[in-house]
Amino acid sequence: MKNLFLALLLTLPLLSGCTKKENEIVIGEYDSLTGSDATFGLSTNKGVRLALDEVNAAGGVKGKKISLITLDDQGKNEEAASATTRLITQNNVVAILGGVASGRSKAAAPIAHSHGVPFVSPASTNPDVTKVGDYVFRVCFIDPFQGLVMAKFASENLKVKKAAILRDVKNDYSVGLADVFSAEFKKRGGEIVTDLSYQAGDIDFKAQLTQIRSKNPDAIYVPGYYTEVGLIAQQARQLGLKVPLMGGDGWDSDKLYEIGKEAINGNYYSNHYTTESTDPAVTEFIKKFKAKYNETPDALAALGYDAAKILVAAIERAPDLSGKAIRDELAKTKDFPGVTGKISLNENRDAVKSAVVIQVDGNNRKFITTINP
Amino acid sequence: MQDFIQHLINGVSLGSIYALIALGYTMVYGILKMINFAHSDVYMVGAFAAYYFARWIGIENDPGLSTLLTLIVVSMICCSLLGLVIERLAYRPLRNSPKLNVLITAIGVSLFLEYSGQVVFGADPKVFPEVMKDFVIFNIGNVEVRSFDITVLAVGIVAMLALQFLLFKTKIGRAMRAVSANPMVASLMGVNPDRIIAFTFVVGSSLAGVGSVLVGMKYPKIDPLMGMMIGLKAFVAAVLGGIGNVGGAVIGAMIMGLSEEMVVAYLSSTYRDALAFGILIVILIFKPAGLLGKYSVEKV
Repeated sequence: MKNLFLALLLTLPLLSGCTKKENEIVIGEYDSLTGSDATFGLSTNKGVRLALDEVNAAGGVKGKKISLITLDDQGKNEEAASATTRLITQNNVVAILGGVASGRSKAAAPIAHSHGVPFVSPASTNPDVTKVGDYVFRVCFIDPFQGLVMAKFASENLKVKKAAILRDVKNDYSVGLADVFSAEFKKRGGEIVTDLSYQAGDIDFKAQLTQIRSKNPDAIYVPGYYTEVGLIAQQARQLGLKVPLMGGDGWDSDKLYEIGKEAINGNYYSNHYTTESTDPAVTEFIKKFKAKYNETPDALAALGYDAAKILVAAIERAPDLSGKAIRDELAKTKDFPGVTGKISLNENRDAVKSAVVIQVDGNNRKFITTINP
Repeated sequence: MQDFIQHLINGVSLGSIYALIALGYTMVYGILKMINFAHSDVYMVGAFAAYYFARWIGIENDPGLSTLLTLIVVSMICCSLLGLVIERLAYRPLRNSPKLNVLITAIGVSLFLEYSGQVVFGADPKVFPEVMKDFVIFNIGNVEVRSFDITVLAVGIVAMLALQFLLFKTKIGRAMRAVSANPMVASLMGVNPDRIIAFTFVVGSSLAGVGSVLVGMKYPKIDPLMGMMIGLKAFVAAVLGGIGNVGGAVIGAMIMGLSEEMVVAYLSSTYRDALAFGILIVILIFKPAGLLGKYSVEKV
């Protein structure tokens, strides 16, 4: 009797596991919910949840509800890899939405690819991320494009002749942007007067900034994360460096102004979308996001939302729920009307879309110009 | 030349930040011969205590000397209490265990504080209230010397002198040195080692409290992992100067700050930390006990 009871107990989770699978589709997500760049992960996660809630409210996909399992990567590459393995082998997810940081996507994507599970990164912009295999996609543009945009903006709009670079050497993203900016800026006839580095987590940048000051650049390219950029801007102004700072989407956070205060105002960065857009898709998204979370969505929330929507659309079109079927449909994504612009996925599984240049103005993100691919 | 002076000032200002933290490491090591790895996390908790207190009583937008002093006192009290609790719960039960056990426990406490901090305070960086206005005090050529740099340096030196006084000119300081030399004999002479050690933790932790507010004032971004790198560098500074030696901690911290600065200025910003830590290795080869440390041969 006792044995029978035990046997029942043991099969119970298996049974429930089976029934669970019948009427829902499980999508896995890993994100940095804790760790030093946790706001990135939290924002993305909010965007993803908003998208999936909408899908479920509208009746789900293929008559099934979508359930989301989110694991925390703590901002560490190895945690992202183990989260991906767990999602695939234990939770049997049909597809994975990756996190923000490129370094972490590079650790996680090969695992998804080798298991034949489609992987969609919302915001990893390093070029190598999708090169690991044809199951790996992204809905954002790639670093060369952001570096290109800023180099073009610097030489055409700001008329910069001499630029300095201050990059985060520990961060693939920052190094990627800096390399492309440097190459493109030189191609346009500009001069890179100095190329220095710092490490994420540093709080004192005066040594590098004093070096930069001695070279008299017209602008400084700082493609890092807002956590350091705020402090860099303050210390640059303290040293009397008045030239504009320029950066990438890693600047995009309300904390940027809180940390940098007055010093960060007037500086420029490239981004995926702007809240000032009058596109109905964007205004609708902002309205729904504010209603649900009571805050203004940043670009990462918008990308998380788009990534989830594109994935769901592919699942809907796919004949079955196999990894291959979903992958094939993802690859066919063309002119998808996302919040961050019209998204097409090219043969490298990267998104082709436009970028915007934003000027920091207090907590407002002042739209300056759109730069097309 | 102007750049060199600027680098010099930057380096000293960075060094004085390390010095404040290094004093706490060296203090506990001097008495207990144990490295309190949780020290840099006590420092982190101090910063958050000041942050929440300032918001709670609404002085986060009220820069001035009174705000600074209030926050320093609050942070010192919170850090001391935390130091006491850590000592009582984590270290005292291991008083008679091998040194390695205490060291591992200290690392455990450090990780516990860092990750609990992420749960309790949230992982995203917080913006430290503006406690003082930064202004230019005087100029050397075109180089500005700012009030924050002077404040941090002055506090570091005062803390060092106060510790020297405490250790060598007061009764409790003598008791501390006695416990350091031999706790058993000290207790036979009427000194209560438990109380002296607890007091040591209170002093060391309140130094972390002072440091946290000054760092928050200068670099207004605090997060639960803020103690990691600065703690490591301060620890290295303490070892460099001769761990257990109060003056050594300050000298070591200045060497760390200046070498980091000069490496960026004249060699390579990418190898900043590598070369700064390289200096440590070179000095320890020639002076194994650090610059001011005494190397005592154990007699058999």
